[in-house]
Amino acid sequence: MQLTVWTYEGPPHVGAMRIATAMTDLHYVLHAPQGDTYADLLFTMIERRKKRPPVTYTTFQARDLGGDTSQLFMDAARDAQERFQPAAMIVGASCTGELIQDDPGGLSKTMGLPIPVIPLELPSYSKKENWGASETFYQVARTIAPQGPDKVEADYKSCNIIGPTALGFRHRDDVREIVGLIESMGIHVNVVAPLDASVHDILRLKQADFNVCLYPETGLTTCTWLKRQFRQPHTKTVPIGVNATIDFMRELAELTGISDEECETLVQENEVRLPWYSRSIDSTYLTGKRVYLFGDATHVIAMARVAQKEMGYQVVGMGTYSREFARDVREAAELYGIEALITDDYLEVEEQVQNLQPELVLGSQMERHIAKRLGLPCAVISAPVHVQDFPARYSPQMGFEGANVLFDTLVHPLTMGLEEHLLHMFRDDFEFNDAAGPSHLGHGSSKTAPASATSDETQEKVSNGPLTWTMEAEKELKKIPFFVRGKARRNTEKFAGELGLAEITMETLYEAKSHFSR
Amino acid sequence: MSLTRDEINLPQVTGCNERPVLKQRGQHEVFCGLTGIMWLHRKIQDAFFLIVGSRTCAHLMQSAAGVMIFAEPRFGTAIMEERDLAGIADMHDELDSVVEKLLARRPEIRLLFLVGSCPSEVIKLDLGRAAERLAVEHSPDVRILNYSGSGIETTFTQGEDACLAALVPSLPPEPDQAPAALMVVGALADVVEDQFARLFEEMGIGPVRFLPARLADDMPSVGPNTVYLLAQPFLTDTARALEERGATLLQAPFPLGAEGTTAWLKTAADAFGVDEATFNAVIEKPKQRAERAIELHRDKLEGKSVFFFPDSQLEIPLARFLGNELGMVATEVGTPYLNKRLLAHDLNALPESAHVSEGQDVDLQLDRCRDERPDIVVCGLGLANPLEVEGITTKWSIELVFTPIQGYEQAGDLAELFARPLNRRTRLEV
Repeated sequence: MQLTVWTYEGPPHVGAMRIATAMTDLHYVLHAPQGDTYADLLFTMIERRKKRPPVTYTTFQARDLGGDTSQLFMDAARDAQERFQPAAMIVGASCTGELIQDDPGGLSKTMGLPIPVIPLELPSYSKKENWGASETFYQVARTIAPQGPDKVEADYKSCNIIGPTALGFRHRDDVREIVGLIESMGIHVNVVAPLDASVHDILRLKQADFNVCLYPETGLTTCTWLKRQFRQPHTKTVPIGVNATIDFMRELAELTGISDEECETLVQENEVRLPWYSRSIDSTYLTGKRVYLFGDATHVIAMARVAQKEMGYQVVGMGTYSREFARDVREAAELYGIEALITDDYLEVEEQVQNLQPELVLGSQMERHIAKRLGLPCAVISAPVHVQDFPARYSPQMGFEGANVLFDTLVHPLTMGLEEHLLHMFRDDFEFNDAAGPSHLGHGSSKTAPASATSDETQEKVSNGPLTWTMEAEKELKKIPFFVRGKARRNTEKFAGELGLAEITMETLYEAKSHFSR
Repeated sequence: MSLTRDEINLPQVTGCNERPVLKQRGQHEVFCGLTGIMWLHRKIQDAFFLIVGSRTCAHLMQSAAGVMIFAEPRFGTAIMEERDLAGIADMHDELDSVVEKLLARRPEIRLLFLVGSCPSEVIKLDLGRAAERLAVEHSPDVRILNYSGSGIETTFTQGEDACLAALVPSLPPEPDQAPAALMVVGALADVVEDQFARLFEEMGIGPVRFLPARLADDMPSVGPNTVYLLAQPFLTDTARALEERGATLLQAPFPLGAEGTTAWLKTAADAFGVDEATFNAVIEKPKQRAERAIELHRDKLEGKSVFFFPDSQLEIPLARFLGNELGMVATEVGTPYLNKRLLAHDLNALPESAHVSEGQDVDLQLDRCRDERPDIVVCGLGLANPLEVEGITTKWSIELVFTPIQGYEQAGDLAELFARPLNRRTRLEV
């Protein structure tokens, strides 16, 4: 039993819903109690989809449990087929449905429905949303794809794009960006799935020469199977950031026989502003900014590379809730000399953020809340999603335009360079201080300031302990920017503790500063 | 004014007029009772709601109301895992350690609800026993109660009913000879509660107690001298539990709009023998304010048709308000559950043309709704945007539960909630 107030991922049947909703003519019959229908609002409210998700819930109640819940399931499945006329159906159970053991898969087989019915086994008490999405799409592909016509040889190279789903973080825009990129290389995009794919499209998966595994969390299982089954290789690079996008293009070139020179020419044809903006001298202030990342594996791994290599930040901590990809995240973390945090307990994440005192947090909506509480700047780079993660404008994370978007995303929450200097120099200016927050973020940003002040104050009380600060030292400490003040306090106290000092003077503060400076 | 119980003038019990009620059984597009925790955990300031359930329950809680706004909400989920179900871990030991950890982290908690969910009900996890066992360990610092908010037993607001019904047996007893006392039952926004308290005070009825109280130790006492008014229509089990403690219901319409609020207050005033002049003097100004505020929205709403999908059990009193006080025409009034005793007044006030439906087959109901093309549809979050896309104006029903709508001072706000979506349509030119 795990105590939680917040979960990074929903249950696996929500993952299955993301597949059904992504596709155009697949229907999901879900054996679930009344109340589980809340999941519809994820799609109609958060993603603002224009149609109800194609999901029929049996919505059984207590009084049904004594009776025939299997019949309820079969009636629901039959009605759904007649009403919605889908091209195929997936059937399964939610967490409670699983407990009553009606076996929706077995039942639906006996019904003689006129369409393919794909049973799902999604263990609700051990697996989660992304796994559910991945498994569901794999089952759909495994059932449908082999029925398609054999590959027709063509005089062009083609690929499928595998992994984008409904309710995905920027999937809509990433797909548009990456389709454009692939086509600009003269490669034909055969099928994008599951997002906006029909069951008929799944029949055509075989026709591609290779697959682009766009989101490993939801697509890798299927890509691995397609490789085994139809000898279609798949890409390994997720094209987030300038370098990853170039690597991705080189991977495509290799898969399709485009020469190195040709590939470099194609790379040069793209306009990307991130490299120049990053080299522009006004970005100097970004140098070595301590950044902390947490989110799904794909986005954390890719974004760490962008932060460190393309923005000049210092990655001081990273982690993921995607346990299935823990190894990849651990390996990536090693590149920055740190150890990855693998957890789905946001309190652990909060504790780590608090200890590391980063200057920028890149995470999900939960990290946004953690950062807000701690008074730290933050940008959202990963699911779980929020209505704000479906911006009206075109805003991909992937490809070259994605890299441009990322430059803005990773810089916007910070105080600008010269402004930061002035804040250091004139800390006591009554309308120009920590509490005022970055000026370009308008009035809204000042809200974070009181939070930082309070958290700082509580720390002051807590950390008093056996050590006392002289008034003078305490005042000097206040002049240090709020986002590193906690760290300066801790370092100074640690330093004083090691020397066995009982009192911290201004002298001690600066001694400690020089002791810890790198 | 101190009256004995026998001196209370009970209103005549009103039965429900005969009318056809459409009952269908299909997919229910409703929240489960766990959702009630959204407002209950803000209402009772030192209570914690621990759901014993699955990842789905936790996901519902964070998705349904965007609860991320609270730094650390006073609710959480003990997520059952495979090892619990497979019997590798003893579920009761696991629960004990979760509670231990939780109470250590939140020492200010005085009342802990163990809240049952669909999976905990299906595996018959005895939370009553768990609450008793944990109470031994943690009393008197923390009181531990349990109720079920599961979707197999409750829809949406029934979660509050189950919670309050669980509270009732633990309310302190009133001595038999105590003077008659009025209790207002059902969670109200603090501001609304204060307004009602003032009005009753001015009439000389008082002190009035509210259930639930804002603090665990301030819960009202109850006994045969207690007469109670329901502030919310969905409190079937709570009413029964109060009656088991000897309390008596004052059957009344619900306090929505100027008329509803007046009738509701009047029921209490009559019971406690408040004379006509005093009553009128007390309500005169706020009632006029309410009528004025409602009037402001009449031109936008009069004659417009409204269709209710079942959601909160507030549908019938709302339809009564919209029909009688704003001249709207209810076509279908869906409710997840119809308690004819508690809703008799509001139900009788609905014109025959309003079709009442109980329970749901959402696909068939959507068909009816599309056929009727009402001017405004009251529905849940899953249905609203898809209907808007079809050109049908909607009002999310959840807002009617999360917004203070009861009483005189809120009557205008309530009307405005319905006027706003229509108003918005007329403004937009894109």
